[in-house]
Formats: sequence, C-alpha cells, structure tokens
Amino acid sequence: MAGAGAMLAGCGGRAFAGSTLRFWAMGNEGANVPQLMAAFEAANPGIRVEVQPLPWTAAHQKLLTAYAGDSLPDVAQVGNTWVSELTAIGALSPTPAFAADLLTDQFPAVLETNQIAGRAMATPWYVDTRLVFHRTDLLAQAGFDAPPTTWDDWKRSMQAIKRRNPDAFAILMPVNEFEQLLTFGLQTGEPLLRDQDTRGNFSSPAFQTALAFYKSLFDEGLAPVSSSTQISNVWTEFSRGFFTYYISGPWTVNDMKTRLPAEVQPHWATAGVPGPTGPGGSAPGGSSLAVFNSSPHQDAAWALVRYLSQPSVQARFNAITGSLPARESAWTAARVTDDPYLQPFQAQLSRAVAVPKVPEWERIVTEMQIVAERMVRGEFNVPQAAAEIDRRADRLLEKRRWMIEQGRAA
Amino acid sequence: MTDVPAESDTLIAKPMRGHTPRRGIGRRERAAWGFVAPALIAIAVFFVIPVVSALLLSLTDFDIYALADLGNLRFVGLQNYERLFGNPLFWTAMRNTVWFAVLGVPLAIAASLAAAVLLNARTVRWRPIWRVVFFAPYVTTLVATAVLWNYLLNTRYGVINWALTSIGLPAVDWLGDPSTSIPAILMFVVWKIFGYNMLIFLAVLQTVPDDLYEAARIDGAGPWKQFRHVTLPAISPTLLLVSIISVASFFQLFAEPYVMTQGGPAQSTVTVLYFMYEEGFKWWNLGSASAVAFILFLCIFAVTLIQLWVSRRLGGDHT
Repeated sequence: MAGAGAMLAGCGGRAFAGSTLRFWAMGNEGANVPQLMAAFEAANPGIRVEVQPLPWTAAHQKLLTAYAGDSLPDVAQVGNTWVSELTAIGALSPTPAFAADLLTDQFPAVLETNQIAGRAMATPWYVDTRLVFHRTDLLAQAGFDAPPTTWDDWKRSMQAIKRRNPDAFAILMPVNEFEQLLTFGLQTGEPLLRDQDTRGNFSSPAFQTALAFYKSLFDEGLAPVSSSTQISNVWTEFSRGFFTYYISGPWTVNDMKTRLPAEVQPHWATAGVPGPTGPGGSAPGGSSLAVFNSSPHQDAAWALVRYLSQPSVQARFNAITGSLPARESAWTAARVTDDPYLQPFQAQLSRAVAVPKVPEWERIVTEMQIVAERMVRGEFNVPQAAAEIDRRADRLLEKRRWMIEQGRAA
Repeated sequence: MTDVPAESDTLIAKPMRGHTPRRGIGRRERAAWGFVAPALIAIAVFFVIPVVSALLLSLTDFDIYALADLGNLRFVGLQNYERLFGNPLFWTAMRNTVWFAVLGVPLAIAASLAAAVLLNARTVRWRPIWRVVFFAPYVTTLVATAVLWNYLLNTRYGVINWALTSIGLPAVDWLGDPSTSIPAILMFVVWKIFGYNMLIFLAVLQTVPDDLYEAARIDGAGPWKQFRHVTLPAISPTLLLVSIISVASFFQLFAEPYVMTQGGPAQSTVTVLYFMYEEGFKWWNLGSASAVAFILFLCIFAVTLIQLWVSRRLGGDHT
C-alpha cells in the first residue's frame, strides 16, 4: 500500500495519472450513479471510473466471492450491516487520516455502525431507518388526533381501532420479517449481545419485555399472524383499512404515493416509532462506501469517496434516486426536510441505535425471528422463546468465542 | 454375465485370465492401462479428488474466518452433520426435493415417452419439425425460458390463469402460494427437459423391429396391448437408464427455483442444492455446505441402488 502511494506521489502534481477505478454499486444507486461520474472525471483528470451495477440480491455473495478470488473492485457500495464481516476478513481499508473529515456531519448511529473496534471502516453514503406509516383517518375515528409515542398509548390506539372494526387489524407485522421485533429490542437500550458480543443477551429482562409486547399484539388480535408472502398486496390492504399501522423504510414513501388510490392519499402519514416510554429508536440502515485494501489506487479511490460524500453531490443524488443522504447538511440542501413524509426520518435517525457488529449478526436475527414466529404461533412462551434465541445465538457465536479466546479476533 | 460365455467371448477373455507368459501380460497390460489412463485421470481429477476433499471439508468448520486466515480452520468431526440433522430448514429442503423427484420423475418420463411414441407413429408427418419443436426447450437458455414462464404463470396477466378463468376455474397464485409453487416449477421443469429423454426414447423405439408389432396385431393386440407387451419390454433398459438420470437431475434441482422463486414463498421451493448453495455461498459455511453435498451424494447413490435392485427384481436381464 505504502509503495503504491509513493509511486502515485512520485508521478507529481495530480497523482492519479491513468488510474481506472472499478466501482461496484447496487440496485437503484448502481443504475443511477454513472450520471454523477462525468463531473468527477472532469474534476480529476486521469481517473476513469467504471461503474459495475449489481443486483442487491447477489451483491453480498459477489463481494465475498470476489474476496476469495482476489478480484475485488477498488470501491464498492456495501450494506452497512456487512461492514463487520468485510472487516473480519480483512478486506477493507480503514478511513485514512486525510479523509477523517468525511466522518463529520453524519448521523451518530450510522457512523457507529461503520466503526469496528473504534476505527471507521467505511463511509456512510445514504441512510435509512424504519418509521410507522399510518392511516390518519382511521386513527382519528378511533379517537386519536396524533400518532402515539409510547408503547402503552400505541397499544391503546390499536385496541380502539380493533374495537371499531373487529374484522380488520391494527398493525401489520409479517411474522417472517425480523425488523419489527429487532426495533422493539433495540428500543429497550439493553445490548442484544453480551461478553464482547460473544453470547446472546436475549434473556435479559429488557428484551423479554420487548418480546412480550410483540407477542401481545398478536395474542390480542391486533396484528394478523401471517407472513409477507400471504399479504398479496400491501397497498391494496392498506387502502382498504385492513391495517392502520405499518412499519417500513423510506422506499415505502414513494410506493405509497404512487400505488394508493387518490381517495386514500390525503389520509396517510409517517411518524417516529413509539418506544417503551417515549419516542423510540430503530436500527439505522443504508449503504456505505468502502475502499478495499487490495486496490492499488488508494488515493484515487478516496478521492471518489470524497466526491460522493460532498453534501451538494449527495443532494443531487437524492434528487435522482430519492435515497436519503448520509450528510445531515445535504438534507436541507436537498429540501428533504420540506417533505412531510420524509421529514420524520431525520428525527428517527437521530434516535437510531446501532445493531451489534459481528459477522454472524444477520444469521442471529434470522434465527431470532424463526423463534419469534414459533412463539407467536403458540409453541413457546416468552421466557422459553428468549432462552431458545439465546441458545441459537450462542451456537452461531461459538466460533467467535473461540477466536477471541485464541486472540484471533477483536 | 455369470453364465457360460459364448464362443466369441472366450477369444477376448482368455488373455485376461493370467495363464500366459509374463512378458506378454506386461506389454498388454501397459497398453491397456495406457488406453484407460485418460478416463481414469479424468475420473480422479474431476470426481475422486473433489468427493474426498468435500468429505474432508465437511469435517471442518471452514467459514468466513477461515477464508481470511486458514489458521482459523478447526477440525470438528461430525458436528456439521449433527447440526444439519437438527436444522428444520434442511429437512424442509429434503422434503421439497423428495416432492420434486417423486412428482417430477414419473411426469418427465411419461411426457417424454408419450412424445416419443407419438413421433414414432408412422402416420405423423413432418417428423423432423416436431422433433425440433419438442427438443427446442431443452437447448434454450434456462434464464430466458424462466422469465417466459414467469409471465405464463403470472397471477393477473398469465395465459395459464387466463385459460383457467375462461373455463370458470379460479385464478391460481402459482408462484406466490406455498402450496402451488412446487407444481408450478414442475410444469416448467418437465416442459424444459422432456425433449432430451424423448430423443433417447425415439432412438430406441426406432430399433424395435416392425415384425413384432405385426405379429402382435395378427394376434389381435390393440394399441395399448402392443405398447404394454412389445414396446415396454423392448425399451425397458432405456427406461431404467432414463429414470436413473432423471432421479439424479431432479435431486440436483437448483437453477429453476433460484431463478423463479429464490426458494420462496415461505421456503416452499428450497431444494437441497439450493440450501447447500445458501450455506456455502451466502453464509460462506463451506464446511456445512460440503456436508450437505455429501448427504446428497449418498441419497442419490442409495436411490440409484434401489432402482437397480427393483429393475433386477422385475426380471430385467439387461444389467
């Protein structure tokens, strides 16, 4: 790395002569980011950027396979929950001192997600988190003028909605999606893993409160026991009033705007997620930009990250893709704060709580939800479910425990 | 092969018995080894070594950490197998795969045999054209045809549901409902592969002498009796071969559910191979994925042995 840097510096002046950066980006971002590249290439003569768009479904495996096959790109967009995994295999270049300013003007929880053992391993690019989408008219009919902010009030409003229309439900929480229970669990403030993230902490009284709250919504008939595949069309059901609350991310805003019928359009809104005792947090999501340490073009790669992190560029990208910018100052520039549907995301993001940063995390939450679904279907009570999640988490973390005992991981 | 060899056999069999002088054997043996060497090397490189290394890999916990540093690899004995047997998704995948095989193999064979018998009939005109039409799905790209079938099976715009509703049946959410996803994919798979087996059957059917059919007709046999007593016995060795190949390929079903449903809805189309792929390349647990591969290998092997045993019991002397 140092050698490559010296070689680049040796070229004098603009140090990027003739470097071609390979940049992998996913989904909507991958399709649209080439529009931003002309300006970057004009400002940095000598750097050419080759954008390779990947589908989200294949991206994670492609990155790991590329690592195994020694063919990683120079820069890539990575889901920010992958950062710990890519760090564990030693694929990422930590943010160098000269790029430290890229980590300012960011949402703290998102930044935290990208930091492993105190070092920033990737730079947040755009962010998302979960909000409660709701039907204002149905809520008003049930006697609530404003969306509730505590679990107790939230549940009271759901009971009122259910009383008015016993055939419908108050909230949709597909039993195959872990995000809802994870949100409740994060809101308690108790860490979900313990002992240096080597054991599950799901039996803690705090998480059991969250589990009990989650379970009660099904037990009281406020949420249907169904998976997302059984709800053929969320928008139709939402406009019919089959459910009033729906927890989802920013991508749903556009879907709601385009798919709900005109007569329902004035009657929906977004609000922060209620917490145990007041407005609660939710997991920060989104994508980060990662520079791989296998890249021979480190300086050019960081120049690209710097360019894509500029608030003005992020604001422009928001106009193209609708993704929420990671830099807070870009929110005002992009007039995101003027959008009544998007504006609550800013407050929600400032309350966001980072999820544990272990490579096994995605498997752990997947197992957590499998157990939670069985609990909802009556197979476990709350303490049993908590113990079962712990048992499965401990099994998944067994290798990590061994690594830490051997001093092979941090 | 246990009975007394016919005269022509003795000529070849004699030198192999080992009673001839040593130098002769040496030269002949060397030549023989020379001839089989390319095949043996190919088998060793592409079959024996991978199988043995998969077996060894399945006894380790090769994972993402080991990928970064081989020092993180541990020998774990049979733990991968033990965990697999305790994993409900593995059993779901097993059950789905068995469903695919149990429904798919007879369907595929019936479809290809029916097509072959029809094409073999003397009354059929433009036979080469039909052959191409039936064989075309087999040689077209899987992903392209899967996209096509996604449209055919579409709940709202699909031609299959259009046909169902036009005769008064309710529309079916083919790929969205866990109970219809397997039949939907089976339809696609059978349509895709029957042309290949059809060609094999057609080739064998053309070797059945016409005199046999003539004799049967003179004895008063109708089309069904001719099929049952002339065609089936004549093609039974091929039938066995085709059924072994079909079982193996249905056990290894992967690309179709991967392209059409990604294992969903509600994991109803996760096959063993799909499960293995996710273990190996989504979660990078190559140790556990190798254990799945090895179990699958044993399953296919066992089913093949059962097929051979059944065919022997049914009196086929063709083995």
